[in-house]
Amino acid sequence: MPNDHAADPATTGGTPAGTATARGDARIHDIGYRGYDGPRLGRSHARRALVEQSVRGAFGIGRSAKSKILPMLLLAIMVLPAVIMVAVALVTNLDDLPLEYTRYAVMLQPVLGLYIALAAPQMVSLDLRYRTIPLYFSRPLERTDYVASKLAALATAIFLFTSLPLVVLYAGALLAELDAGDQTVGFLQGLAGAVVFALLHAAIALLVASLTPRRGFGVAAVIAVLTVPYFAATSLQVILHDLGNTAAAGWVGLLSPGTLMDGVQGAYLGGDTDFPPGSDPSAGGMGLAYLLVTVGLTALCSFLLVRRYRKEGI
Amino acid sequence: MTAIYHPTVARLTFRALLGRKRALIMAVLPTLLLAIAIAVRVPTGADDRAAVSVLGGFALAAVVPLVCVIAGTGSIAPEIDDGSVVYLLSKPVSRQTIITTKFIVAVAVTALFTVVPVYVAGLILNGNSQYIAFAYTAATAAAVVAYSAIFLLLGVVSRNAVVIGLIYALIWEALFGRLMPGVGNLSVQQWSLTLAEQIAASGANVTSTVSLTAGVVLLVLATVGSIWYAGRRLASFTFAGEH
Repeated sequence: MPNDHAADPATTGGTPAGTATARGDARIHDIGYRGYDGPRLGRSHARRALVEQSVRGAFGIGRSAKSKILPMLLLAIMVLPAVIMVAVALVTNLDDLPLEYTRYAVMLQPVLGLYIALAAPQMVSLDLRYRTIPLYFSRPLERTDYVASKLAALATAIFLFTSLPLVVLYAGALLAELDAGDQTVGFLQGLAGAVVFALLHAAIALLVASLTPRRGFGVAAVIAVLTVPYFAATSLQVILHDLGNTAAAGWVGLLSPGTLMDGVQGAYLGGDTDFPPGSDPSAGGMGLAYLLVTVGLTALCSFLLVRRYRKEGI
Repeated sequence: MTAIYHPTVARLTFRALLGRKRALIMAVLPTLLLAIAIAVRVPTGADDRAAVSVLGGFALAAVVPLVCVIAGTGSIAPEIDDGSVVYLLSKPVSRQTIITTKFIVAVAVTALFTVVPVYVAGLILNGNSQYIAFAYTAATAAAVVAYSAIFLLLGVVSRNAVVIGLIYALIWEALFGRLMPGVGNLSVQQWSLTLAEQIAASGANVTSTVSLTAGVVLLVLATVGSIWYAGRRLASFTFAGEH
């Protein structure tokens, strides 16, 4: 066995200068540590590995059986209505699906919100709590890489979670021989909506989750940030509409992530909204505001997230 | 006969609930409610439908369950989580007493953060016209008692108490409650709304999916049952960390 260190005087014997020991025969033994001379996969590979591991973790894959229960249960709750709709469409020979593709995520928003609230703290809180952040940065990974990877992973997980029922709906619609052209357009609009939804919510949820090392606290905080403004905005919309101020009811939708998404989809992805009648944002003025706020909020949260990690783990 | 209130346990629980960030989060929600009430009242004047919409659609549907999840589970779950509950359980205090004390404290704290703001918001919105403020204050008080008991039980039974509590409040009551009216039979929100329905004038249009008797009976059953079972579970408590 070739061993370069065998000839090294420092390891074969003699007391190194400056170490005063009681016995004169102190020596450092060579116990066979060897350097790594395999391939070094570098920064981009580390980034990809982090994304992959985080996405798997978000669905409980590669974690204990117990931590698979909730994500899989929520995924089942998420897909179930789609399966029922497809079954109804097949049995009763409907001309169209009972729900537009873009409406699906809005209707099941509580389920999505809960999933996001579970997945986001899971991705960042353990690293903060057990102070493993410095270990990441002892690799070729940069701080922005860590943040970007986590953000990409959460957005991917949310997108998969949102788009799986849409795929079920689309497949069912084609099986039921609904108009393929219409369905494809609707499906693609639904997917586009899911991309916007995933990016916006990933940025918000990850920022909130990264503020606390305690998972339970993170879950509650993300839920609160996503749902409380939503309840506030929707009840304000109803009130303003009742009072005859439809334009203001439209603008109030800007105040919560959920209604923001709804408005963007209504304006640009050809869907209805949950907004009170007459207050839907149009593709022109108000719709543009919705789009700008969505993009701006995503960018702002991502920027704050990078800033939040700038000094972490030093 | 075991006592139902132990002052030292109560003091420690109060401190755990009102210290740190927890109180801050709990304070944010009622503040938001009052801000919305003012924002609705100032430009449009008193309006009964607006009052019902804010108090029913936001206060009772979102603020009350969220504050109760935080306070109900927060009164015992963190202690179990970090293991310091050992020191509490090793004292010569009946475990049923511990549960009832923590329940009383949780109710007091949630009442402070929900019942009072709901009443004030009701007064701001329409000055108690058609008794809407009274109606929702009573409903909130009833809901707070039942929610606190249920979420306290969750905190004893499960380590994922916050998540399960949120699933119940947001998915079961808010989402399924809207889609399937039958869910109202198993929803604290609907049970307590029966009280509001009785108190408010008939023109206020406050409705619940369950009858008054059913609502009250179920509220009492849920509260007493949860406290009793939480005491039982705490009495036979074993530590997961021992194995």
